[in-house]
Amino acid sequence: MCLGIPGQIVAVTDAARMMAMAEVSGVRRAVNVACIAQGPLEDLVGQWALIHVGFAMAVIDEDEAAKTLEALRGLGEAQETLAAMAAGDAALEGQR
Amino acid sequence: MKYADEFRDPKAARALLERIAVVTDAIGATAENPVRIMEICGGHTHAIFRYGLDKLVPEGLDFIHGPGCPVCVLPMARVDECVELAEDPRVIFTTFGDAMRVPGSRKSLLQAKAEGADIRMVYSPLDALEIARRNPAREVVFFGLGFETTTPSTALSIQAAAAEGLANFSVFCNHITVPPPIKALLDDPYMRLDGFVGPGHVSMVIGIHPYDFIARDYGKPIVVAGFEPLDLLQSVLMVLEQIRDGRAEVENQYARVVPEHGNPVSLAAMADVYEPRPSFEWRGLGEIDASGLRIRPAYAAYDAEVKFGVGYGAESRNIPEPEGCACGAVMTGRIKPVACPQFGRGCTPEMPLGALMVSSEGACAAYYQYGGARAEAV
Repeated sequence: MCLGIPGQIVAVTDAARMMAMAEVSGVRRAVNVACIAQGPLEDLVGQWALIHVGFAMAVIDEDEAAKTLEALRGLGEAQETLAAMAAGDAALEGQR
Repeated sequence: MKYADEFRDPKAARALLERIAVVTDAIGATAENPVRIMEICGGHTHAIFRYGLDKLVPEGLDFIHGPGCPVCVLPMARVDECVELAEDPRVIFTTFGDAMRVPGSRKSLLQAKAEGADIRMVYSPLDALEIARRNPAREVVFFGLGFETTTPSTALSIQAAAAEGLANFSVFCNHITVPPPIKALLDDPYMRLDGFVGPGHVSMVIGIHPYDFIARDYGKPIVVAGFEPLDLLQSVLMVLEQIRDGRAEVENQYARVVPEHGNPVSLAAMADVYEPRPSFEWRGLGEIDASGLRIRPAYAAYDAEVKFGVGYGAESRNIPEPEGCACGAVMTGRIKPVACPQFGRGCTPEMPLGALMVSSEGACAAYYQYGGARAEAV
């Protein structure tokens, strides 16, 4: 929850709501990009970002993304975040 | 040096460790009179234990584990209020999974869910917004938990709900801020700290200047650090060098992610939606002035405290810690986790008694998880 996870912005999905699709370790997840938007949202496509609880908080380069992901995997945090994303998807459907 | 081999760059790690040893020695720190450096962030605590950094650094350097794990400092009264909200049949209670196992005085959220309360673990407050859109006849409450890393996400979600007129969404705000408890620890006459490793992702939001008082008013160094083991070693070295040189400055080791002035969009959203509470209770630390946030009256329609009449200021306060639980003493660095009578006996990660055993970022859980491996590394 506290440590972000790197993801790559792959598409803008809802510009009015500042929403984009990010790919995080092979998993696609809708994220809010308000905190990193400077200019047209389309410019973000292809960029890497640190994503905290569904919000892209900082643009990082690809090398930093890879190193951060490795550090998070070492701590087991990357796996926890991906599990939380799956739980979030399930929660939309119903209680259990 | 077993653990140094696990680093991405073992050679760089060894070089940093050698320089740390030289500077620790130059300061004159010894096992009997160590230099005490607090890592504020629970993520750093986890990394220190995972990579055995506490065993790789010289005996004259002692890591003191700070209060930077939001789950660990959550008072039981707050958990009880979550359970109360979740057991309201109108409510779908949404929360980060981290909060599920924190013991309340009656039960945890996990137990409440097993008993039938509609509690849903989400990854993001965006999930809670979507649940509210899909369930217009239900009240969707999101448990706003965490430091300045997660606070912007709930602020932006409340703004989004207000823009949409999503009347069945509210936040039970228990957000807390990093600088006030650091000030409280520095004001504690029993606490001796020589320097700080500052949180990386919190600083990405707030920048480095909120820590100026640590250097200016208390004469202590602080270095904002990244999360790779090499980042941590580099930052510890920078703190030690400041101590050796008689400097007290705010330095930024993690400038590749942390801007000097933070993230302007996040800061604006937080200032728009939240205001400081006069004081807020921290597990183990007690009430700390201006350390918690509440939702401003302009957004009262999205404030679960207002909507449901629970929360801070309501009756169920000052619930004592469970008997034998020494979370408070561990939290303030007075004792190490293993000195707690319940450690590994009445309190384990599977059946936590105190909050420090719940999260992987809690000092007790980190000791417990990596204790065996650390003993082997000695």
